Order: sequence, then C-alpha cells, then structure tokens
Amino acid sequence: MRVDHEQGTGSGVDPSARLAVNDSANNIMIRVEDLGKQVVSPEGPLVILTAVDFRIGRGERVAVVGASGSGKSTLLGLLAGLDAPSSGRVWLAGVDLGALDEDGRALLRAERVGFVFQSFQLLPGLTALENVMLPLELAGQADARRQAFELLERVGLGARARHYPAQLSGGEQQRVAIARAFAGNPDVLFADEPTGNLDQKTGHRIVELLFALNREQGTTLVLVTHDTELAAYCDRVLELDDGRLSERPPARTAGG
Amino acid sequence: MASIPTAMGSRSVAQRWLHTLRLALRALRRDWQSGELRVLALALLIAVASVAAVGFFNDRVQQAMERKASELLGADLVIAAPNPIRPELIEAARRQGLQTAALQNFRSVVLAGDAMQLAEVKAAGPGYPLRGALLISDRPFGPARPADGIPNPGQVWVDERLLSALQRQVGDMVELGTGQFRIQQILTDEPDRAGAVFSIAPRVLMNLADVPATGLIQPGSRVEYRQLLAGEPAALAAFRDWAQTRLQVGEKLQGVRDARAELRVALERAQRFLNLAALVSVILAGVGVAIAARRFAARHWDSVAILRCVGATQGVIVRLFALELLALAVLAGMAGLAVGYGAQFGLSEVLGSLLSQADLPAPSWQPLLPALLTGFITLLGFGLPPLLRLRAVPPLRVLRRDLGPVDARLLALYGPAVAATLALLIWQAGEWRLALYVCGGVAGTVVVLALAAWGLVRALGLLRGRVGVAWRFGVANIARRGSGSTVQVVALGLGLMALLMLTLVRAELLANWRASLPADAPNHFLINIQPDEVAGVRAFLHERGLQDVELFPMVRGRLTAINDRAVGPDDYEDSRAKRLVEREFNLSWTDRLQGDNRIVAGRWWQDGDSAMGAASVEKGLAQDLGIALHDTLRFQVAGQPLEAQVTSLRSVEWDSFRANFFVVFPSGVLDRYPATWITSFHLSAGQQTVLADLVRRYPSVTVLDVDALMNKVREIMDRVSTAVEYVFLFTLAAGLIVLYAAIQATQDERRFESAILRTLGARRAVVRRSLLAEFALLGLLAGVLAAAAATLLGYVLASHVFDFAYRWSPWVWLAGGGIGMLGVGLAGLLGARSALNQPPWRALREL
Ligand SMILES: Nc1ncnc2c1ncn2[C@@H]1O[C@H](COP(=O)(O)OP(=O)(O)O)[C@@H](O)[C@H]1O
Ligand SMILES: [Mg+2]
Repeated sequence: MRVDHEQGTGSGVDPSARLAVNDSANNIMIRVEDLGKQVVSPEGPLVILTAVDFRIGRGERVAVVGASGSGKSTLLGLLAGLDAPSSGRVWLAGVDLGALDEDGRALLRAERVGFVFQSFQLLPGLTALENVMLPLELAGQADARRQAFELLERVGLGARARHYPAQLSGGEQQRVAIARAFAGNPDVLFADEPTGNLDQKTGHRIVELLFALNREQGTTLVLVTHDTELAAYCDRVLELDDGRLSERPPARTAGG
Repeated sequence: MASIPTAMGSRSVAQRWLHTLRLALRALRRDWQSGELRVLALALLIAVASVAAVGFFNDRVQQAMERKASELLGADLVIAAPNPIRPELIEAARRQGLQTAALQNFRSVVLAGDAMQLAEVKAAGPGYPLRGALLISDRPFGPARPADGIPNPGQVWVDERLLSALQRQVGDMVELGTGQFRIQQILTDEPDRAGAVFSIAPRVLMNLADVPATGLIQPGSRVEYRQLLAGEPAALAAFRDWAQTRLQVGEKLQGVRDARAELRVALERAQRFLNLAALVSVILAGVGVAIAARRFAARHWDSVAILRCVGATQGVIVRLFALELLALAVLAGMAGLAVGYGAQFGLSEVLGSLLSQADLPAPSWQPLLPALLTGFITLLGFGLPPLLRLRAVPPLRVLRRDLGPVDARLLALYGPAVAATLALLIWQAGEWRLALYVCGGVAGTVVVLALAAWGLVRALGLLRGRVGVAWRFGVANIARRGSGSTVQVVALGLGLMALLMLTLVRAELLANWRASLPADAPNHFLINIQPDEVAGVRAFLHERGLQDVELFPMVRGRLTAINDRAVGPDDYEDSRAKRLVEREFNLSWTDRLQGDNRIVAGRWWQDGDSAMGAASVEKGLAQDLGIALHDTLRFQVAGQPLEAQVTSLRSVEWDSFRANFFVVFPSGVLDRYPATWITSFHLSAGQQTVLADLVRRYPSVTVLDVDALMNKVREIMDRVSTAVEYVFLFTLAAGLIVLYAAIQATQDERRFESAILRTLGARRAVVRRSLLAEFALLGLLAGVLAAAAATLLGYVLASHVFDFAYRWSPWVWLAGGGIGMLGVGLAGLLGARSALNQPPWRALREL
C-alpha cells in the first residue's frame, strides 16, 4: 500500500494543467492513476481498492463488473469525486479532482456528471418533475421546468410529472432517476447497478432507455453491474476482483 | 431477533415478559450505540434534572423564605391563648424537639412622675425571639444594633414614642403597676411588631420574671399568652397535627401564613412564581420527549416491519418498545436526579453569596419522588404514543417503503398522557388554577400553533417565487414537508414561547410585582382618629408636606347572616373563613372607588343604593365565605343589625399597604354607627419627628409603623426574583433541548437531501443557503406565533393568577421573531454541519 500523497507534490509544474491539455487533445474523459482506497472499520483498516489504473475515452461505454463487495460502488464514488481517495489520482474531463475542493468538485459534477443509483435516491418530498428539475435549477438554467418536462416525456412519464416518488413503481422511479441524470446534458453518466432492484423485464426497459439516451447525447457511460448480459452492451468491460482491476474483452460488441 | 416470536407460543407469561425484557435491554444497548436514543435520553435527563433541581431548590428556597417570614412572628409557630398556655402543650412541643419561649402581652398605664401613658407591655421569657432579632439603640433615633437577649430583671426597653409622651430619657425610672423599672434601651424594632399591627399604644418590653412584682395580672385581666415555637419543619408539622385536634376554646395556632395579609399574599405570589418555572420546565420536557420519541419511532419503522414479517405479534412489538423505554427511563431518570441534585448545590452556592445571611436549610428528600414520577410520566406519556404506533406498521413496508403506521388515533393516544401530566402538574404545583391556566394555555397554544402553522405552510406553497434556487428550494421544502413542518413549527413555537415567557414575560411579571410596592408606598398608618379630629389631622399632615392623604371612616362589624341564613364558624371548613366569621372586620363607606380597587363583578354605586343598603365585597372574602353577587348580608354593628345587598365584587391589592376594606357601603348607610377614621401615608426616614409631634397633639390617635413589614415584603420580593432567575436557567436548558429536538427531528431527511443535492452538483453554499432559508423561515413563523402565545398567556397569568395589570410589550414580538429566525436558522445550520462537511458518498452510504 502506498502512502497517501498530497496532490500537486513532487513536481514543479502543475501536472493537472499539463494533463488537462493532453486529455482533451487525446479525447480522454476519465483517467485513473494508481488509485487506492482504504477505510478504518471497527475491525481495523480495510483495503477496498488497490493500485487501480485505467482510462476511458470520450463517448465510450464501459461496464464495471465484479462480485458484490469487490469495490465497484467505491470506485464509482471516487470517479465522480463524491469521496476522496486514500492514494492515487482521478482526472475527470481533464481536471484533477484532487486539486479541487468540495465545491469545485460539486461545480464540475453540476456541469458534466449525471448519476443513476440502484436504489433510485429520489427526494421523497419532491414530485417527479421537481426531482428532474433539480440539477437544472442548480446549474441556473432558465427554462428548467420545460426541459425537465421534456425529459420526463422522453422516459414516458409525462403523465406522472406531479406524482411523488412514493406513488411510483420501482421501474418508474428509476426512469425518473434516469431523466434526472440526463438533465443538463452531462458528459459522463455513472450508473450503479441501475437494474439491481428491478425485475428482469423492467430492467431491460431501463437499460434500453439508458443506452438510447446515451446514444442521443453522446454521453460517456460508466455502468456498474453484475449482469453479464448488460455488460455485453458495452464497449469495454473492467473487472474488479477484491479491489484489483483488470480489463477483459467484452463478450460481443455492443449492437443496437 | 428473527427467532423470538416463533419460540414464544409455549412459554408462560412471566417467561415471555422476561424474554422480552432481555430483548429490550439488548435493543437498548444497540440503539444506544447507534446513537438513536441519545437525544431521547438527553431530553429525559434534562427533564428529570431540571424538575429535580427546581424541586430541590424550590423546596430549600421556600424553607428559607418561610424562615425569613418566621422572623415576623419571632417564631415558626405560635400558640396563643387568653389563659396561660397549658403545660401539656408546651411539653408536647418540647418532645418534638422544638425550641420554646413564652410571652405575655397586656396593656397597662406607665407612670413617670405626673405623666402617664397607656402602653402595650410585652413580657418576654428567655429565648425570645426564636426567629429574627430585637433591635435596640442607646438614644432616641440613634443607630440601632441587635440586642443580646432580653431586658434584665428590673429593666425595661421602650419605644421612643413612650419617651416623648412621658418626657423621659434613657436611664430614668418608670412605674408599671407596683414595680419600678429603669429605662435601659430604646427598642427600635422587634420581629413580631409587624405581625401585630393593631398594637395601639407605645411598646414596653420587660422581663417575664418581673411580671408578678407588678401585680398587674389578676384573674380577669386581659392578657394574651403566647408560646413561641421553632424547629425543623417535620417536627413543626408533627406538632401542628397533634395540637390541632387538642386545642381548647380560645387557643389558637398561628403559623407564618396566618400572619399579615401583605405577607401572605407576597409568599403566595412567590410560590406561584417558582411553581410557574417548574411547570413550564415539565411541559417543555414533555414536548422534548414527544419530539425525540417521534423521531426514534420513525427510525424503527423498517426494523418493526421486518419483525412483523417474521411473525412478531403487535403485542410483542408493544412490549418490546415499552420495556426498552422503561429501561431508558430508569437509567436517564437516575442520571437526571444526580445531575439535578448536584446542580441544585451549585445553585445554592451562587445564591448563598448573592443573598445576605442566606443560610439555606439542607435540602429535604421530598422533591425526589415528584421528580422521578415526573420523569416517568413524561417519558411514558409523551414518548409512548409514537412508539405504540409502531405496532401498526404494516409488514408490507418491507416491500413498499412508503408505507408508514396507519393508526391515526394519535389524539386518543396522547389523551391519557396529557391528563396524567395535568394531574401531576396540579399535584406538583398544589395550585389547580395555575396548573389549569398553564396547561390550558399550552394546549390552546398547540392548537392555535398547529392551525396557524398549517395555514402558513399552505401559504408558503403558493409563494414559490423567483428568489434563486437555494431559497426557493428551502422555502418550498417547508411546504413540501407539510405535516412534518407543522409539527416542527408547533414544537419550535412551544419552545420559543416558553423561553419568551420565561425571559420577557417573567421580567414583566416581576417588575409589575415590584412596581406594586413602590419606594413611596405608605409606611405608616394612623388609626383611631375620632370624627372630630379628622379635619385637624388632615390639616396637620398637609402642613408637613403630606398632601393627598385620604382618610377613611371605619366601623367594626360582624357578619351574621347571608340571605337570611345565619353563619357561624362551624359553617366553614377553611380556617381563614372560620376566623373571618368569628372576628369583627372593618367596614367603610365611600362614594369613590379607591385607585387600586377594581370591580370584577356587578357595578359601582347608583342613585338609590344608599337608601336600599348596597355593599361592595372584596372578592377573596366573597370566595372564602361563599358570598355571591346580589346576596343579602346581615351584619351586627355596635349591637345593632345592618342589612345590605351585594351590588359588586371588588379586587383589592392587599399588598399595596394602603388602607383597604373587605366591605364598603355608599355614604349614608353607616351614619348611625360609631366610626373612627384611618389613613396611611409615606414618611421618609428623616421625617420621624412628625410622628412624635402628632402623638403629642393627638394622644388618642394610634400610629402604626409598617416600615419593617414592608422591608420584609421587599426582601422576599428580591429573594424570589433572584431565585426565579436561577430556576429559570434550568427551564432554559429544557427549552433549548426542545428546540434542539425539533431541529433534529428532520435531520435524517436533510442529511439525505443535502447528500443528493451535492451529488447533483450543488455547492455547499447553495445547500447551506437552502437550509438556512428553510430553518430561518420556520424559526420566524414559530417565533411570531410564540410571541402571540406568550403575550396572551402572560396577560392571562398576570390578570387572573398573579393579579396585576399587564403591560403590553412590543419587545416580545421583536424578540420572538428575531430569536426564532436567527436562533433556529443558525441552530439548523450547525446541526447540518457534519453532513455538509462529509463527502456525499459517505452520507448516502450511511442512510
Ligand atoms: N465507508 C466504509 N466503511 C467500511 N467499509 C466500507 C466502506 N465503504 C465500503 N466498504 C466495504 O468495502 C467493500 C466494497 O464495497 P462496495 O464498493 O460497496 O462494493 P460493491 O459495490 O462492489 O458491492 C465492502 O466490503 C464494503 O463493506
Ligand atoms: Mg455496490
């Protein structure tokens, strides 16, 4: 295990600035170097991720697979800057996340990142429409309501705009979550087992919707799943095994 | 956990309870470790601690104050009789470990050469006074110092009025009966002087051992025998109980509270202030527990659903949580008692140095039981209802998380709790009226707060204007949370109301109380002014700068019948009522309602009232004797009957030290009866010679100096004010816990929301602003509503419980709104700080 190091140390030049130029030029959306995560649990230190290295290009669709508890969600959280790594670095859209403070990362997320969770994570006090409006409002968009409504229609829930999450089925809630994730045209979409809580048929529809929107908007997609069929839709498959990452070829090339 | 319910069927009831108890204890440990119970425990701990501290402290302050008041009697308890006190009574008192001292009071003429003067002689035995001190000085109007004991045999200490009447000086000899005595000291003050205001003539204090030598006491002489008693409260109470049933005709027991009306009223008010502080802290504790329990229950919906799923019956659920709560009550209650007891010591420390010679008696263990009971009833009463609702959580919640408990009979559940608390409050306060007003006020406030909050929350829903995402989100949140926000506004409102009541309204009440006895309140009474002296006395006072002095006629009469039904002492249970019927009391006439009197029922005089025989009765007397408006009263005045109809009831400020009368008539009604006149005025310390002149000019007029009494009343006021300030600190802590609990109540939702908001890219400032907007607005709503409630309750308390005029203060509103907005806003932010500084991923994982 490497010792944690401060971002920006060991070099006179700001590496993020240099790499930002390179990443944009090389069309790299996510770059991960020597990433490690370790937490202190009641039973002592627990290593979740070790020496993870990879790049994801703009517009790529990447599946992250692995057994439950292998560290997939943790990796996703680090990629989105929702949590701080113990070691190593993450560049998102050419920006070194470690060089930003919490608010800087929040701004970056507001501009470029969308999220879909296994357990939907809609705000229970907001209607479907208001949930979708939220990222648009946070980004200061003027016609948030119209855009949100269009997105809801796009996911087939225009008629349910005024319903609260508790009044929607799981599949419908996940569709609202997808609409919310695509609101504001993110460059990257992270999805953490988006079908994990749904039946197979509903899960299928969700996946189709996800990929359709991804195609329409040219979004980079990072999809955590243990569904091999779902992984097969993707361009690449990254496999986590007990905190270590390896790449394996996809079963078949993504079709429609 | 999953194995419990299936294994239950075959066991005995006892085993089942034992098993559930074990489970409950395990659940308590687990919940404690996960921190969910801590707010609940803290609310309870502060509740019990504050009630215990207030109880311990009130008890001690009350004891101290009664001791202070005892100084006015010179004792804690007095046996008074027209005959020598029976030895068996004195022995019984000694057996209880009480100190005793004997007194004899009689009137006699004092001779000095040709001059003579009627004097009030007090012959004192060793030990007098048991409480308070005699003050003496070497020359008239000289500096006073506490006396060491009583006059030696052969010596007397006299009032300076006697010296000026007899034209004698300290060191001269005077004759009392057949005895010769040397005037050794000027008697400036005696503790029980104030207690016997109707002492008519100048005072002579002599040694009891000299009485036989005077030959003044013969069979048939009018002598008042008094045995002074002092000692521990328990011993006094035991003696009182023992003696009460054995008193013979003419024998009386006089306690501190039987003393002067001014003092009785001051002490009663004092107790009310302290009780009020205690009451409010109990109610606050209940509210704190209710909110914390509501949150605790909501956090257990999931686990209850799972328990129900694996087959736990509703009974098991109820037992499980009831036992867990009970275990918590025991632990937190004990801790609370310890904290309360310790706090009370610190409190007395502080107070002890603030108050001169305040040797507070040791705390008694009496307040322990009420404090513990209060803790249990508050916890079970306010904490159990939301937990009982847990049994109604549908097992289906496992599948559909939006399903909560469906039992909507919350009122039915809180009903017994509120009733129990009310009973407890009444028991604790010992004053049903104060308790009812406070409870009614709080209950009314809850309803009004709930309605107003609900309306305002609705209105906010319409107000989702264009104020930026953070503010809009925050404001809209209040409307979105609907019932949750209403509960929160009610809780915050109650907490703030209590704080306002206890700061501003308390200050108002205390200030009003003190203002009722201003520095220039009358401190001297003149009585026995004959009708032909009235004009002369008025002119005499006027010449000496005492303008606006009013003289009132006074006729003594005894009430003999109400509506043709004869009344006597046996018709009444209450000892005060008995005394009132036994004695003659003062009747007066006037055409103008006195400034500090208020008509509370009926009307003031009209034409023809004089001919008809109308009367206006003081409301306390009316209450004690069962007199109603329009009743016909018959009096016996100077051997002749007098009938009058009650046309009004008046309230009177007895502690204003102005002359006041139980019954007044229109002028003309009392013309046939012999009257003397009475007046009162304020005389500053330098004007004492006026009295000497007055006594010389009008020898038959009696001067009563109530300065000492007023100072005692003022001292009690000061002590009570200080005590209330300190007791208030505990109530403040209880209020803060309520506010904290109210803010914590929605903290889980907010943590989740702020994590989601930040995941979606909101900067912390945005989240913070939206939190601030929401809390500040909630606080403003609650604060304004609280100010309204506090003002109303303060007004009702002032006018109906404490009996003063209430002054409306705009500060309550400003403070309510301002403190609500700033305090709740900042507190809300502080509460959310940890969630804001944590990476959002962690917050989402933990929820
Ligand atoms: N904050 C944390 N504290 C303790 N353990 C953690 C924490 N976060 C993750 N873990 C542990 O790290 C491992 C990986 O978790 P996670 O990333 O959620 O796995 P996956 O999503 O692949 O199922 C699990 O064993 C989990 O219990
Ligand atoms: Mg996971």
